[in-house]
Amino acid sequence: MSAATETGYGEAICLGFEYLLANHPEVFAIGQGVWSPWYVGNSMTGLDEKFGRHRVIDTPVSELACTGAAIGAALCGYRPIVIHPRMDFMLLAVDQVVNQAAKWSHMFGGQCAPSVTIRAIINRGGEQGAQHSQALHAWFAHVPGLRVVMPATAADARDLLVASVLSGDPVMYIDDRWLYGRKSVLGPVVPRPLAGEGPVVRRPGRDVTLAGAGYSAYLCEEAALQLAGQGIDAEVIDVRVLNPFDPSTIVTSVRKTGSLCVVDSGWGPAGFAAEVIAAVVESPDSGGLRRPPRRVTLPFAPAPASRALESIYYPTVETVVASVRGALHLEKA
Amino acid sequence: MADFRSALGGLADPQRHHEPLDVGGTDTAVLARFLESMLTIRLAEEAIGALVEEGLAKTPCHLAIGQEAIAVGVSASLRRNDRIFGGHRSHAHLLALGGDLDGLFAEILGKASGLSRGMGGSMHLYAPSVGFQGCVPLVGATIPIAVGAGLACRLDGGDAIAVCYFGDGAAEEGVFHESLNLAASQRLPVLFVCENNLFSSHLDILLRQPSDRIARFADAHAVRALTVDGNDVLAVAAAADSLARHARSGGGPAFLEAVTYRHRGHVGPKEDVDVGVRRTMSELTLWKRRDPIGRLAGAMLAAGMIAEGHCDALRREIGTRVAAARAFGETSPYPDATALLGAVFREQP
Repeated sequence: MSAATETGYGEAICLGFEYLLANHPEVFAIGQGVWSPWYVGNSMTGLDEKFGRHRVIDTPVSELACTGAAIGAALCGYRPIVIHPRMDFMLLAVDQVVNQAAKWSHMFGGQCAPSVTIRAIINRGGEQGAQHSQALHAWFAHVPGLRVVMPATAADARDLLVASVLSGDPVMYIDDRWLYGRKSVLGPVVPRPLAGEGPVVRRPGRDVTLAGAGYSAYLCEEAALQLAGQGIDAEVIDVRVLNPFDPSTIVTSVRKTGSLCVVDSGWGPAGFAAEVIAAVVESPDSGGLRRPPRRVTLPFAPAPASRALESIYYPTVETVVASVRGALHLEKA
Repeated sequence: MADFRSALGGLADPQRHHEPLDVGGTDTAVLARFLESMLTIRLAEEAIGALVEEGLAKTPCHLAIGQEAIAVGVSASLRRNDRIFGGHRSHAHLLALGGDLDGLFAEILGKASGLSRGMGGSMHLYAPSVGFQGCVPLVGATIPIAVGAGLACRLDGGDAIAVCYFGDGAAEEGVFHESLNLAASQRLPVLFVCENNLFSSHLDILLRQPSDRIARFADAHAVRALTVDGNDVLAVAAAADSLARHARSGGGPAFLEAVTYRHRGHVGPKEDVDVGVRRTMSELTLWKRRDPIGRLAGAMLAAGMIAEGHCDALRREIGTRVAAARAFGETSPYPDATALLGAVFREQP
């Protein structure tokens, strides 16, 4: 047992905010419920008291205007973080995210870009139903000009937040309430440019490549542990940065393993898992795939409310293990 | 035009306000600047219209011919460190701030020497050196962005303000209301300028709203508002001055509604009297008699501030500058192919 203290994912986000607010006067946070643990869990606890409510701004119920205001302040030299406590509600702000934040650099010839971080929280389960459950990262991974990150570990929850806010580009930072209890040992903050970040190998392996982002990366790691007990050596890749997506780490892995299973918390059709597979298949010799690739995604239906249906709706470690065994033709083993 | 539902009354009635402006008490130099600025916009936009008719400009050009007094009157109260945003019809907003004619023409022609390096076209103009922070055609989109710029102004701690120009159609977008509420609840230094030209694209305001007075929404959000004749540059300037001072001094946001009429269609140089639901040539003819340039020039002439022939000389002088700007645009190179991917992301690995 390590002597170092472990920090949870939610608390690590809060540490990222603290670092940014303490060291960068141009940083501020704006969004609904940022003064309330009801909205943001333990990810922003005490920030308003510590840094003042002029820098941690709770807002009217206006996703679109608040997102636009963050973009406007960013165009004037600030580095705002606009918080959407549920990604579903952020859809009300899509014009500002897709048409404005993502495009200002390109359409003004690179003379300006809003350094805004749009924080979207995935908050699902608990019989919350179809409009309190969505993971829509694939939509935003489709848009040029918008960086999209999904931390899976507590360390990344803090450090990718810092990198996002200090980036010269607009960034959508997507965290997942299901990960808030996941712990890492955190060192001191060492800011790194977001443009240099990308997918990483979380666990080396020989038999199959497992890839996912955010909570799905966690599922991949847990599934790899179970598979190891069954004699299957899985390599796990945490995608981390979905836009711009650099598939090279996954392509390299598949060239070694010959098998690929992509886990995603979104839907299958036109989704992020399909993009990962396409990137592998498009590489020379179909990426060295020796077996058809697999996707583990949501059933193609909105989230149900009833717990009986929820329990079969979301992918689990067991679903991922079964898919890998299927991919390797080991179903009856 | 005066409709039984019109809350604007005479301001929306093209049979009214044809008389020369009352220029008594206004400094001649100020009036001369207003006249030159409005004429510059008029001649530049006529030349842009010609580029469209000649097939040289394909980018959608939304001309503000007939509406020049608003941008010119408002800009008189603005400073270089204010943050100004526009919409789809923003050539006038840019030029009234002193924006570069050469860069405007080059941008409209898609050239690398354009204000947006040829990446934006007519609807995406950028000139921060004169305070113009950008314009976009998504209706109402820069309204919350200006509110955020107002928040930045407050965080900066100075007395700069943010300004957003938009039309009457934007008042039908939800973000307009969200933005007024946000600015008012945070008491932000934002001047909202609604150019109410009584039409959104082809559709008459009274076929879209139960009232033609947009400032009623400012009232609802406790934002100080004034509604003026947008074809009277002095009325616009006086109202903008009062509202800008309110915003600069910590009074919170302010709202200027300027009633006007565009001489050309929603997009392009045609007068567009056939596709409008109620827009007719006789109505347009009446509105042209309320021309903001003619009313100022006529008053200055009557008051002996300018001589007969002054306007013609001024037109020739400005026309030379406009022709040079067009030539600059036409002879400038197009963006290099690397521009296609070059600014999608600013941060490079």
